[in-house]
Amino acid sequence: MSVSDLSSFTPSSGPTVRAVKDPFHGDLLEVSMGPQHPSTHGVFRMVVTLDGEVVVKLKPVFGYLHRNHEKIAENTTYLGSMPYTDRLDYLCSMTTNWAYALAVEKLAGQAVPDRAQYLRVILAEMTRLVNHSCLVGFLFNDLGTSFTPLLYAFREREKILDLFEALSGSRMMCNFQRFGGCRVDPTPEWLAAASRLVDNYPRFLDEYETMLTANEIMLARTQGIGILDAKLAVNAGITGPCLRASGYNYDLRKVDGYGFYPRFDFKVPLGAHGDTYDRYMMRILEMRESVKILQQAFRDLPGGPVMDPKAKIRGFRPKAGEAYGRIESPKGELGFYLISDGTPNPYRYRVRPPSLINLTLLEEMCLGHTIADSVVILGSVDIVLGEVDR
Amino acid sequence: MSELPSTPLPAPFPAAGNITDADREELRRHGILMTSLEELYNWGRSNSIWPLQFGLACCAIEMIAAATARFDIARFGAEIFRPSPRQADLMIVSGTVTKKMAPQVVRLWNQMPEPKYCIAMGACAISGGPFKQGYNVLKGVDRFIPVDIYIPGCPPRPEALLHGLMELQKQIKREHLTGADAARHTRPEVPSEFPIPAYGAHDLEPTMNPAVWKPAPPLPRSGKA
Repeated sequence: MSVSDLSSFTPSSGPTVRAVKDPFHGDLLEVSMGPQHPSTHGVFRMVVTLDGEVVVKLKPVFGYLHRNHEKIAENTTYLGSMPYTDRLDYLCSMTTNWAYALAVEKLAGQAVPDRAQYLRVILAEMTRLVNHSCLVGFLFNDLGTSFTPLLYAFREREKILDLFEALSGSRMMCNFQRFGGCRVDPTPEWLAAASRLVDNYPRFLDEYETMLTANEIMLARTQGIGILDAKLAVNAGITGPCLRASGYNYDLRKVDGYGFYPRFDFKVPLGAHGDTYDRYMMRILEMRESVKILQQAFRDLPGGPVMDPKAKIRGFRPKAGEAYGRIESPKGELGFYLISDGTPNPYRYRVRPPSLINLTLLEEMCLGHTIADSVVILGSVDIVLGEVDR
Repeated sequence: MSELPSTPLPAPFPAAGNITDADREELRRHGILMTSLEELYNWGRSNSIWPLQFGLACCAIEMIAAATARFDIARFGAEIFRPSPRQADLMIVSGTVTKKMAPQVVRLWNQMPEPKYCIAMGACAISGGPFKQGYNVLKGVDRFIPVDIYIPGCPPRPEALLHGLMELQKQIKREHLTGADAARHTRPEVPSEFPIPAYGAHDLEPTMNPAVWKPAPPLPRSGKA
């Protein structure tokens, strides 16, 4: 598509459905799905060209939730951006906080106490549980099971969010990590409650899987649908469960070993086919591994402070330089690239959003499948528009 | 009714519309329910508000949470989220409205049939919230469409959304069908559709709808100018 063609994708121009003539396929129909559509996970728009019911072209249209995250961050202090990172991936504020804190700590050469490292692992893995269970619920919404699996997922999500609220004061926007540690130390009661929740989580997963994993409609609608080739995925920079579902072993928790992850014993599940079903199974298996990590973390949690006593909160000015901090967020590699010029504000602030980059191969995955399948494929990629558009 | 009330009715019997609450309560005690068509209509309407299934940003997750088992918006008759604006009574603007999205929001509002209501959920929908300084964020959805209920919070808890819904129900129950203070949807001269702004080169064109929104007067400053 040439640049001049882009004008036809401006939001308010043209009808949402129009007939187009293609020299190869003949008469086609161009349908605009979104930005208000129940299955586009927010304000995402897909301009789909259909031959009958089959997708022959798919153009993602972004930017309906572009909230100037990076520009605002460049005009505020380092700490001032922390609440904004909550709103990037609004299902997983704890991991986005951590990724940003990690980048700034690298930039400033800030050490993090052991207890805070463990706490970060605990909170990140609990966030993974929330994200993956909700994602599976939303995926089944897209498959047509109106709301039921999501009700189960949100039941568990509420339990975890209660813990997050008890710890940080907010359900969704936790704003919990600081440069050099965490904001508050959890009480022994909190740790006991969290540990109990984690011990009960496999029971929920069993219940969830009984309903979903071998479901006949699920198998028919997802196996062999939306196959993503591993080589193509690596070339496009796809990360996270989407890449691992294609059978490529790349998990930053193992590759980078950031935080205290090398101390934990866990496996990285891998898919074999790279289809929608593998992407679903990847989430379920990762949740089971997360439970293992969490149990180890609760067992080994050391004492001590949660915040480096030498860490500077006010007047924080890292020396001039640049840093890239990345973590394995539930969606993939979430990175923050920061350039400091010695002032209280970052000179450049850039987010590497896994949701956006995982979306780049959406067309390849959807081509040749029906439009109903493209909705399910989009659901299995797991996007959050706050992170896609920033 | 098997038997007539033993106590005599207050005489003279009040004319319809003139009846006091005490009289009505007395009648209700004897099994006679007296109500006005207006009241019945508002009662029915306020307990079956169907929202538009329309999530914009973070607040949409809390909106979904309000619909799930723990908060259960179905208790208020508002669990049927309609994907089509033609079937919806309530637009919950749940999240940041960007300038690129604003024309779509106004169009969806125009496509909803009257009587329709709008809840601005969260700081972003009210005023732009934390993203207000951004170049691409609309500083409040009330610049283009009339908002009935504002729910502050970032994001508001699901309980806050339920509270907002209850306030809307109260507002609907207070509406009149006739008279000088009749409800918006009964007066054909009050517009139900608003001009859709264009996503221009620099900003929305126009940047706000003066029929809906008036800029706040500048705050008085003390001391030197």
